[in-house]
Amino acid sequence: MISIKENHPVLLNMKISYLNIFILFIIGCKQPSQKAEEKIVNSKTTTIEVLDYSELAHHLEKQNDTTYVINFWATWCKPCVEELPAFEKMHAEIGSKKQKLLLVSLDFPNQIEKQLIPFIKKRNLQPEVIVLSDPDTNTWIPKVSPEWSGAIPATLVYNKNKKLFFEESFDYNKLQNTLKQF
Amino acid sequence: MKTTYKFGLLALLAFAISAFTVINNFKSSDEDGYKIGDKATDFKLKNIDDTYVSLSDYKDAKGFIVVFTCNHCPFSVAYEDRIIALDKEFKSKGYPVIAINPNNPAKYPSDNFENMKIRAKEKGFTFPYLVDEGQHIFPQYGATKTPHVYILEKSASDFIVKYIGTLDNNYQDAAKVDKYYVKDAVNALLDGTEIPVKETKAIGCSIKV
Repeated sequence: MISIKENHPVLLNMKISYLNIFILFIIGCKQPSQKAEEKIVNSKTTTIEVLDYSELAHHLEKQNDTTYVINFWATWCKPCVEELPAFEKMHAEIGSKKQKLLLVSLDFPNQIEKQLIPFIKKRNLQPEVIVLSDPDTNTWIPKVSPEWSGAIPATLVYNKNKKLFFEESFDYNKLQNTLKQF
Repeated sequence: MKTTYKFGLLALLAFAISAFTVINNFKSSDEDGYKIGDKATDFKLKNIDDTYVSLSDYKDAKGFIVVFTCNHCPFSVAYEDRIIALDKEFKSKGYPVIAINPNNPAKYPSDNFENMKIRAKEKGFTFPYLVDEGQHIFPQYGATKTPHVYILEKSASDFIVKYIGTLDNNYQDAAKVDKYYVKDAVNALLDGTEIPVKETKAIGCSIKV
């Protein structure tokens, strides 16, 4: 199931074109429930949330025993795709470890159906993917990290005591060495 | 004893080398590059018409809108029309756009010189689109991504950095922009007033080295 959250006016405006077309196509005359503030598009395997920064923020500041790895990427970003195997391997090996990986895609809203979801399906990408769609980058980039110039790939690793930010590519060893510091 | 000593020395050497590498890596991130008020270097870079372009060629310019950009990056593509509009608006007022592609074409063939020519023709670029051959210029500026804008003001024979960052506050939709950082900065320079926002951050594609 693909559910695309639509509870922000900016997002609503941005996505209205492709979503409307897609929803009309899929569900015909049926009106999506306004109450749920969520539009549901038929699909069997993938759920993608589209968030603005205010909705993403709580993923970046959790206060518990888990170490969070937040990778900012996009399907069209070559170095991002090149480092994905390291993150996929890390995710596959989490087991009982208190670690969590979140892939934050910066694919444009009109690329979600055409590019991102097919990419996830084709690759059978296991880690959770959400889309960050918030055009006012000058406001939110420094909130992710003051060290971030805005280039992707970029990765934030944090727990309740510590935060490290990397505007660079990872391989598996580097990722493991980074996680050992937590 | 002697072996231990030698080994120790070797370890020390290895440590020194790795420390040096770490420092170098660290420096090459965002520690380098220009800050507001710094003097920017001139350059002589190849344009898509096979001529070479330098800032000093522009005798009548009051300054420049230098944009590090490329063919492949969706953020760059999203801004192409707006970069053309900036050149149209400000070239006649003394602030032409100079676009520089900083990417290594071996890493990204769609950013090679031939494809730069094709893209510039398709879009009708009204400004030079230069290739940073050998990638010597972008690190001096401190550009980390495309697009990445530097506004320079000419002062005697120097080029002073007045603004660093993104074009505006909506990469997705030009119609929804309500902060025109570059326009406002150039207009402030033309009016002799304070630039309202001197530095901004935006998502971009990391420069391919």
